[in-house]
Amino acid sequence: MIIASTLTTNLAILVLAGFIGFVVISKVPNTLHTPLMSGTNAIHGIVLLGGLLIVGLSGNGTFNKVILVIAIAFGTINVVGGFLVTDRMLEMFKTKPKPPPARSGKGDEDGKGKAP
Amino acid sequence: MSAAPLATTFLQDPSFLDVLYIIAFALFIQGLRGLSGPTTAVRGNRIAAVGMLIAVAATLLNRNEGNWGLIALGIALGTAVGVPAARQVKMTAMPQMVALFNGVGGGAVFLISWSEFRLTHGYTGTATYITIFSLFAAIVGSVSFWGSNIAFGKLQEIIPGRPISFGSAQQVVNGVLLVLAVAAAVYIATGEHSQGIFIGMLVCAALLGNAVVLPIGGADMPVVISMLNAFTGLSAAATGIALNNPALIVAGMIVGASGSILTNLMAVAMNRSIPAIIAGGFGGGGAVEGASGAGEHAGTVRSTTAADAAIQLAYANRVMIVPGYGMAVAQAQHAVRELTKALEARQVEVSFAIHPVAGRMPGHMNVLLAEADVPYDQLEEMEEANQEFGRTDVSLVIGANDVTNPAAKNTPSSPIYGMPILEVSESHSVIVIKRSMNPGFAGIENELYYEPETTMLFGDAKTAVSEITAELANI
Repeated sequence: MIIASTLTTNLAILVLAGFIGFVVISKVPNTLHTPLMSGTNAIHGIVLLGGLLIVGLSGNGTFNKVILVIAIAFGTINVVGGFLVTDRMLEMFKTKPKPPPARSGKGDEDGKGKAP
Repeated sequence: MSAAPLATTFLQDPSFLDVLYIIAFALFIQGLRGLSGPTTAVRGNRIAAVGMLIAVAATLLNRNEGNWGLIALGIALGTAVGVPAARQVKMTAMPQMVALFNGVGGGAVFLISWSEFRLTHGYTGTATYITIFSLFAAIVGSVSFWGSNIAFGKLQEIIPGRPISFGSAQQVVNGVLLVLAVAAAVYIATGEHSQGIFIGMLVCAALLGNAVVLPIGGADMPVVISMLNAFTGLSAAATGIALNNPALIVAGMIVGASGSILTNLMAVAMNRSIPAIIAGGFGGGGAVEGASGAGEHAGTVRSTTAADAAIQLAYANRVMIVPGYGMAVAQAQHAVRELTKALEARQVEVSFAIHPVAGRMPGHMNVLLAEADVPYDQLEEMEEANQEFGRTDVSLVIGANDVTNPAAKNTPSSPIYGMPILEVSESHSVIVIKRSMNPGFAGIENELYYEPETTMLFGDAKTAVSEITAELANI
């Protein structure tokens, strides 16, 4: 019973997320499709969490530890690289249309994702 | 001392962690909403990155055991590879970079499924639905990993860009591999615990990833990259269900939706069905048909010089530049920007017409032009641009071919008939910068070049554009 309700809750989340994704992404103009793609690409790097969760469970043998470290490394490349490269691209779009560029200048984008 | 365990208990409370995951996916959605315009996009991307940070932090809180060393190692390795790659990649190489990042995401997905399988000794005691989602993630993640790597290899020109295929047997091969992978998954889901079967399933999925992407020609790359992006997203969502993690489910599914929308948009923009693209071999098949139709063109091609082109452009009121992959290959975007500055100094109104599939990924041309400081509002999408060509004096086509071919409108027998195009022939005159008369990726003769208002300027895009700019200074 509990398992069934977890499944249905998760399926509901899945379906609703699909619809939200459609609505949100449909508003992105063609011009920004490359940054959109690399940005969403960074977001699916969230599979990193899967690696973090499983590596914390007991009973992982050496081989499992190796593939999980690789999975975490892959996920990190995906997240950190994806967000950084998207930021680089979007900066180019941002500063052009506004002659006085109101840069946030915090430089915090560099620390994101790799801090944990 | 009594306060510390309390705090720990609270921080590890599953409900608290779920709240953090919900905050994380809310930030993803808010961040993506920011991408709807260039002024809010940078912030949007950073908001999504903060969401990711929260999701990772929540996951690290939810741990009973150590293994911090392994986590630190994995993250350090990933950062060491990811940061320099993202910092140094050239904008022209963006499609292969995205393919590579997408590939490692898919790789992480199938490795995670594999470790789940091993940890539970073949999903012993696991709910059937969790097994099913985990197996789905393993297959799709593996297809995405290998497919993305092949796409990377093709874009980076490590592997020939020409379609490589088994010809008409291709679909049979793909079908057999898919059936084998699914059969192995069904076998495991119904109680088989042998790791050999699991590895066999991964191998079939890997071969399928190779077999699907190898036959796809360069021009279809925008579709493939979008599709693989959707695949990795869906496999991440499946991993989320298997691990009962809401942040993974939402993030993965949104990426799946985004990738699907883009795949469909690209396919529509090329007037080709997604199955037809996956079936592969566009570059090969179209060429034969196109070549037979080429003889009809009795018209002559008129070539021009940089000096004449400069005069034509200098005395125009309105110029539309149509960039294509040729501009990217020649790294000509900065030279093009110099040309537009020189024209604007002469009060010529300049804008850019961007076809949705120009380049090697959706929106690729826009990124290159933004890199060269072309203002965002000068970039026009296809529909807008097509209304403007009628009052355009000169259209300057730089390294674009099939997306300007009037055969898509006029010649029902043409392989690209029905594909929406940029109607450059509506403008008063057209200058085409092109290396030679070789047809484009689709291998189809372009009628545009034979029309009376068209002149051809043969040469490398960057050199030709720079020459025009130099000649402009002499007028």
